[in-house]
Amino acid sequence: MKIVNLWAVGMALLPFAAQAQTEISWWHAMTGANSEVVDKIASDFNASQTEYVVKPVFKGTYPETLNAGIAAFRAGQAPDIIQVFDVGTGVMMGAQGAIKPVAEVLSDAGFTFDKSAYLPGIVGYYSSPEGEMLSFPYNSSSPILYYNKDIFEKAGLDVNAPPKTWAEVWAAARQIKSSGAATCGYTSTWLTWIHTENFAAWNNVSWASNENGLAGTPELAIDGPLFVKHFQELADLGKEGVFVYGGRTSEAKQNFTSGECGILTESSGGLGDIVKSGINYGIGQLPYDETAEGAPQNTTPGGASLWVMGGKSDEVYKGVGTFFNYLSQTPVQQFLHEQSGYLPVTTAAYEATKASGFYDTNPAREVPILQMSGKTPTENSKGVRAPNLPQLRDIQNEEYEKMLAGEQTAEQALKAAAERGNAAIKEASGG
Amino acid sequence: MDNAAHTPLAARGPARMMAHLWMILGVIIVAFPIYYVVIASTHSTQTILRPPLPLLPGPEAFQNYDEAFSGGIGRIGGVSLWRLLGNTTLIAMGIALGKIAISMASAYAIVFFRFPLRMACFWLIFITLMLPVEVRIQPTYKVMVDLGLIDTYAGLILPLIASATATLLFRQFFMTIPDELLEAARVDGAGPWRFFKDILWPLSLTNVAAIFVIQFIYGWTQYLWPLLVTNSNEMNTIVIALKKMISFADADTPWNLVMVTSVLAILPPILVVVVMQRWFVKGLVETEK
Amino acid sequence: MRRTVFPHKVLPWLLLAPQLAITIIFFYWPAAQAFRQSVLREDPFGLSSTFVGLANFRKVLSDPSYLNSIKVTAVFSILVAFCALAVALFLAVQAEKIVRGKGFYRTLMIWPYAVAPAIAGMLWLFMFNPSFGTLAWPLRQMGIAWNPLLDSEQAMALVVAAATWKQISYNFLFFIAGLQAIPKSLLEAAAIDGASRGHAFRTIVFPLLAPTTFFLLVVNTVYALFDTFGIIHAVTSGGPGKATETLVYKVYNDGFVNLIMGDSAAQSVILMVIVITLTAFQFRFIERRVHYG
Repeated sequence: MKIVNLWAVGMALLPFAAQAQTEISWWHAMTGANSEVVDKIASDFNASQTEYVVKPVFKGTYPETLNAGIAAFRAGQAPDIIQVFDVGTGVMMGAQGAIKPVAEVLSDAGFTFDKSAYLPGIVGYYSSPEGEMLSFPYNSSSPILYYNKDIFEKAGLDVNAPPKTWAEVWAAARQIKSSGAATCGYTSTWLTWIHTENFAAWNNVSWASNENGLAGTPELAIDGPLFVKHFQELADLGKEGVFVYGGRTSEAKQNFTSGECGILTESSGGLGDIVKSGINYGIGQLPYDETAEGAPQNTTPGGASLWVMGGKSDEVYKGVGTFFNYLSQTPVQQFLHEQSGYLPVTTAAYEATKASGFYDTNPAREVPILQMSGKTPTENSKGVRAPNLPQLRDIQNEEYEKMLAGEQTAEQALKAAAERGNAAIKEASGG
Repeated sequence: MDNAAHTPLAARGPARMMAHLWMILGVIIVAFPIYYVVIASTHSTQTILRPPLPLLPGPEAFQNYDEAFSGGIGRIGGVSLWRLLGNTTLIAMGIALGKIAISMASAYAIVFFRFPLRMACFWLIFITLMLPVEVRIQPTYKVMVDLGLIDTYAGLILPLIASATATLLFRQFFMTIPDELLEAARVDGAGPWRFFKDILWPLSLTNVAAIFVIQFIYGWTQYLWPLLVTNSNEMNTIVIALKKMISFADADTPWNLVMVTSVLAILPPILVVVVMQRWFVKGLVETEK
Repeated sequence: MRRTVFPHKVLPWLLLAPQLAITIIFFYWPAAQAFRQSVLREDPFGLSSTFVGLANFRKVLSDPSYLNSIKVTAVFSILVAFCALAVALFLAVQAEKIVRGKGFYRTLMIWPYAVAPAIAGMLWLFMFNPSFGTLAWPLRQMGIAWNPLLDSEQAMALVVAAATWKQISYNFLFFIAGLQAIPKSLLEAAAIDGASRGHAFRTIVFPLLAPTTFFLLVVNTVYALFDTFGIIHAVTSGGPGKATETLVYKVYNDGFVNLIMGDSAAQSVILMVIVITLTAFQFRFIERRVHYG
């Protein structure tokens, strides 16, 4: 235990270390390889200049990190930068006294903030209704389709033609199962993010009123006919054993990497694990509903962004601005994009990656970007926002699970989800 | 006949065989998941991700453990494995010893003394069982900040040694001490300290050993509290590091390293248990009077 | 009860001081904050709060999903406490029958307690995952359509099994300690008197084990009601469709994840009341029968 004593002494001496630089704390929820990326970016930034030191701290999962941030804020000790997931955007935006908009931070620090340099599909989501960028997009991803080429071959499907529409997916999945190529035709992660929110955007139907909540308090429209049709088809496939439910978040990915299922819809960020599993995989765009007018439109980002907390000193804000400016540099964005599977935030980074031939060797990586920036977003496809999005997703997941267990039809499930959701929104908006 | 004299509860012949059988079954059920983790830590990530997992150790054992110790774990979170283990050990020891000390003191006061508000104090302490950490976490955090205990070992240990389980156990145990023992001690002129040192403490050893094991493990497996109360990576515990490596979300989880870290996270508590086994026996022998 | 005590008046207070101090600072003060929050309606950051009296409580008590969690909690706790105690006692007694290898078995039995809930949850998920779990396969071979992700009863079974699994070691440890603290002299005397093992059990072992059993009953109840949060969170997250959402999980979910502070605080208060009542009941009616020797 002598080592322990040394540590205790060391810890006690730590505060006396020389502090010539301004420290900037960065609370994040990145795990695994992404956590390494965070550390590398921070250390590279620290090495590139001598005025500021960014200190990344892992604070748990996304909800844990958000809670830590809130608890810290209430105790008067908020971090400088905090990574908040997409569903927490509504919470952060509602906390006007607690945060400082990124656009302000950047321009106050003397950097010319050019919004057009950033990919519109991503930045629009993290901006206020007036168009001011509130948080800095850090890791964004888009849902895409993965398929098992070996299973496709065994089932007699064209190995180079992934299904493009949902009807094609259902047919392919059924064929996989009936031909015995695999026990499961199709599985999916994130029924809420992919099949509800992105389904709305990609097929240009309304998720809720007021531009899906971006322009005001939303009233859910997820019990619309297109949704009902889609989910009933999913339920039917489930009953046939063709669709296998994997869980509320990304657990279903393992159904695919284990070789059990032939088709998977999941975030583009899941690529790393799929590559590691050794499956002979192929990539396709997120399927769309061919009966929907204007489909495919564009997908909306998932992931997280970096928020700056309010009430800090000017020195700190200058440091944060410098850091964000550093983050926007093309080489850094390129590194982030190519290493982690998340999308590049600036157009320049995207162009640079394209020019380097990265997408020629990794065509899969371009798919999510093209999906997000293909068309100008409509009022249905800028993303969704609600003061209590985590709760809404919980409600939806509960109803979907009941539906898949055979306890209710898709129509009943979606109606219940919409009703309960709207009641919750009213509560949360102080109504 | 001699066997029975040593262990009066021991059975003979077929009854003993049955007992063995039940124990083996119990052990299999109870210890299988851990066996599973150990096995998984000897395989590659690919094998782990392509279940069902083989039930025998795999060829990547040396590789995995080597990678973990030579910095694979340190890469994530920037803290060395030794530091993590050290932190966790310190916290666990602090909590275990602290808890034993103050709960024994409190239980002693409540059982062997009479003073106004005696039972009120007992209930005051006892009610703390009722509100788990997760529920009072935000306000407790504020208290920590106000007291300046963030990122300190004291902050990690102090709030967790106040729980009432140990006090309750010692209270139960102290109440089984025959009155005559205390009377005799008082007649001999023994004061509270001598009574404790010479009579109560030796009798309590089995319970102390049990509490030590439980509380050490309790401290070892803390996650939410250390996560909230420390901002410095240097103060991480091994469970936090483990969670950090697992990414059910998007990126690559090095499952093989995760399994190795799990094994390492489980090993020290088990060692504690093994070592404390002897105390059980020792305590047993000393109760022969 | 106890008649002999020490006469000191100040010493007991000194002995109690550390625990009381820590309890007040780190428990009562934050708990008071929770009470305060339960009568407010606040945004997550605490930037604006309105006093709403008992509105939060009324809302919580009339919410059907709250009533659902009461039911889930009752079923869950009874199953876990009962199974964990029964199995542990049975195994502890069996272990005492063995002369050789006792230490070996004991060590192996205690492992699960050393596993952090987060890790345990991950393990159980892995083992029982309907698609690729090692233990899911034999279940399917037996003809059970194993899918705890969608079948509420199977999810409950899984979560009860995981929670019981962890708790068996804890109970086992204390039962063993309790059994070994029984004075050999008593048992030898009974053997000499010609009492059968069963008789010795009923008249000597059980009564002397009663304080331990009572302690474990209380602890197991509290465990089942509260500390199982970690396991449920890791294994089912309260699903599918709220089938495994216990009261304590709901508190966490509403407070931590959904950030509905007032609601969550009100639920904590109600939960505290429930547990205090239960424990008071246990003390009053059951401890009476416990023989302290």
